[in-house]
Amino acid sequence: MKLPLTLVWLAVLHTLVLLAGWVAPYDYAEQHRDYPFVPPTRIHFSDAAGRFHLRPFVYGLTANSTTADYREDRGRPYPVEFFVGGRLFGVAPPGVLFLWGSDGYGRDVLSRVLYGGRISLLTGLVAAFLSLSLGLFWGTLAGFHGGSVDRLLMRGAELFLALPWLYLLLGVRAFLPLYISPTQAFFLLVAIIGTVGWVRPARIVRGVALSARERGFVLAARGFGASSWYLMRRHILPLTWSVVLTQATILIPQYIVAEVTLSFLGLGVGEPVPSWGNMLVEARQYHSLISHTWLLAPGLAIVPLLLGYLTLADTLLERPKRMAAKLHL
Amino acid sequence: MRYAARRLVHSLVLLAAVSVLSFLFADLAPGDFFTEMRLDPLVPAGTAEALRVRHGLDRPLPVRYVAWLGSMARGEFGYSLAYNGAVGPLLRQRIPGTLLLTATATLLAWLIAIPLGIWNAANRDTWKDSILKVALSILLSIPDLLLAVILLVLAVETGWLPAGGMHAPGADSWSTADRIRDTMRHMVIPVAVLVIGMLPTLVRHVRSAVANAMESPFALAARAHGIPRSRLLFRHILPAALNPLVSLFGFSLGTLLSASLLVEVLVGWPGLGPLFLEAIMARDFALVLGVVMSSAALLITGNLIADLLLYRADPRIRTS
Repeated sequence: MKLPLTLVWLAVLHTLVLLAGWVAPYDYAEQHRDYPFVPPTRIHFSDAAGRFHLRPFVYGLTANSTTADYREDRGRPYPVEFFVGGRLFGVAPPGVLFLWGSDGYGRDVLSRVLYGGRISLLTGLVAAFLSLSLGLFWGTLAGFHGGSVDRLLMRGAELFLALPWLYLLLGVRAFLPLYISPTQAFFLLVAIIGTVGWVRPARIVRGVALSARERGFVLAARGFGASSWYLMRRHILPLTWSVVLTQATILIPQYIVAEVTLSFLGLGVGEPVPSWGNMLVEARQYHSLISHTWLLAPGLAIVPLLLGYLTLADTLLERPKRMAAKLHL
Repeated sequence: MRYAARRLVHSLVLLAAVSVLSFLFADLAPGDFFTEMRLDPLVPAGTAEALRVRHGLDRPLPVRYVAWLGSMARGEFGYSLAYNGAVGPLLRQRIPGTLLLTATATLLAWLIAIPLGIWNAANRDTWKDSILKVALSILLSIPDLLLAVILLVLAVETGWLPAGGMHAPGADSWSTADRIRDTMRHMVIPVAVLVIGMLPTLVRHVRSAVANAMESPFALAARAHGIPRSRLLFRHILPAALNPLVSLFGFSLGTLLSASLLVEVLVGWPGLGPLFLEAIMARDFALVLGVVMSSAALLITGNLIADLLLYRADPRIRTS
């Protein structure tokens, strides 16, 4: 009941971000220099005369230079058009449509949040994939072989836990080049976040492999002369899927936050490519943020995503318990 | 006692291994503090090399490592090229800030989490339980970054709390009581962010640990014997629930220090966090290594304390 709902929720969020090029009304780099810090555009359905229109419209904006804000110009309505110019919706220029306001360069915040989500989400997903692969590899190896191999690998893993996670991440980042292109930065972040976080999944997979090694069917297969490689592939790996899946739902949100944090600190993906982290840098000017609260949007965009993943993780963690209760175990 | 000695040795070995690895890794780094200097047309060619030789960066790796160990033993932790001085005093200036923040936050978070978790366990599977669960999930989905920014904006907007730093300007000339009160006011926002960040996880674990103890046969037997509720809770259930909680204390330290790094940077708190970021931006590797080693030392010490507490709290460890 709860699981399908969470999955649909996450699927919708991911689709929105994936289709950013189509859903977003503007490109992430498109600047409207005449419209810096425009508050979220009001959508109207009834005009000045009080007549109702089925097609929503927005009014043109006139900048007021003394108070540094904008007034709606009732004489210039621009209807919101759907499926125009290869995008879901938009208004014909010179009208502007900033549903979540605009930033200092007059760039649409909503569009940038959607495009920025691509970087943040993709970092989370790819880095989690990397961590899980490494964890699966080392964990299976350690758990299946046991003995001195196990001790060596797990002692090595302990080293990664001797540092607080963010210190480790920044420490590794510190020794790599600082000023790099956004593309390089993206791959660098994925590599760092992914390799730094392999220990926890490895430990858990090791536990599963360690107990699986003694299971009857594994011993039987071994008795029939199955090779180690075959045993690991056909008998041990399938048993680890459920813990790997659960770990994924825990790691992905953690890694998304890691990307946001690094980019926010100026050590990740930089301008002009938007990521939720580097967009939030603008929100650091607290005095300007008070009058431009919509610049917090990239931070708020993380919340529903994390909520989705955390609920999914909870549901997956509780499932075995609930099933056991059903079977009176 | 032997257990304590063994854990201590283990911690020291771990710290030594971290130092070797991080030093090796720093050595593999492309470029250093003087790299940018070479690109500067105003600096004559060969200056960067000469400076490198002067600071002994041209010596072989093992020699530099031993020299670094020696300077650590003297409390210098190497030479910071950006600050033009020993790293040790810089670290000693900043570590108390981080400790003050994290210790206060830990204390406060546990003081809130334990009663809340017990209350939650006592009311488990009721509507109160579900409401708290939903509230905690939402709290958990708010990144510390966002929380800190929002609280700071509120502080600036309302003017109730200072918007950053550790002291008000000119606080040096105040009386001790005033200075303490001032620092406490500055601590409210960073501590609040850390506590709110930790709380959901802590409450959830306290709830499950206490609930497990409550459902165990000995608790049922004790209740059947007519032992009053408070005595049952404090004498029977809590001691049994202590083990997972002390382990959690050890695990949560790393997360706490990480969160503290970010919060310190955001509010300009004079802790290890801002120092670390400055060092990274300046490519001051000695300082980066110093901060990395301090954070490792803090975490390993914290885990050692947790291990020893666990030894005190759980008789099963003592006998095995």
